Amino acid sequence: MTWQEWFFAVLGVIGVGAAIRLVTAKNVVHAALYLVVSLLVVGGVYLLLGAEFIAWVQILIYVGAIVVLLLFGLMLTRAPIGREALDNQQRGLAAIVAIGVLVGLIFLVQDAFGGAEIALRPTRIGEAGLSLFTDFVLPFEVVSFVLLAALIGAVALSRREEAP
Amino acid sequence: MIRLPLVLFFSAALFSVGIYGALARRNAVLVLMSIELMLNAVNVNLVAFSQYLQDVALTGQIFALFVITVAAAEVGIGLAIVILLFRNRETINVDEINLLKW
Repeated sequence: MTWQEWFFAVLGVIGVGAAIRLVTAKNVVHAALYLVVSLLVVGGVYLLLGAEFIAWVQILIYVGAIVVLLLFGLMLTRAPIGREALDNQQRGLAAIVAIGVLVGLIFLVQDAFGGAEIALRPTRIGEAGLSLFTDFVLPFEVVSFVLLAALIGAVALSRREEAP
Repeated sequence: MIRLPLVLFFSAALFSVGIYGALARRNAVLVLMSIELMLNAVNVNLVAFSQYLQDVALTGQIFALFVITVAAAEVGIGLAIVILLFRNRETINVDEINLLKW
């Protein structure tokens, strides 16, 4: 194993461990903090793979914005403490489904890409920007429209109805 | 050099944990967090294949960017709905919100 693979393995163990703690946490705020660890690890994986721009976007948008939004959601709603209150009765069934998906994916990946290797080559922000604004201009505009619609929708949904 | 299956295994593990969380949790905000986990696993796959194929147009990375944007929009709308539900029903447990069932 090369040092990149060792580094990746350490990152992966931390990330999957934090994800497991996230879905088994007894306290919702702890779950949000484990989500931060998991998202930071994914950002580190992007950096290791050489995708610099997407790594910083991951840290800015996920850790900076989405987790804060989720924490606001937790604070504005009342959440009980304890796994019995946070989980439903189908925990065993959910575990079976999850393990089934994991085993299936592992067999599929091993079968299809058993010996494939990624030659690590850093991609610069300039390349990503050039591609984004030449080949993918139309999807870029569509996704900005989606954001605008989501913004207006969220404001319209959560506004209190005022008597005229 | 990183072997591609290692990255794909990591992504598969994140995805499975996300599935478990989305199925086993009853708090709506925790379900949203599990969905974020699954979207992240998909993004890892997209970036890994983009680097593996040495794509000049960086299609995988750009689409990972789009997935992140759509995930942000989804969380915004989702939390607005959750707060609205809490205001009207005093609960955000997804198994107690069954007005549209049957």
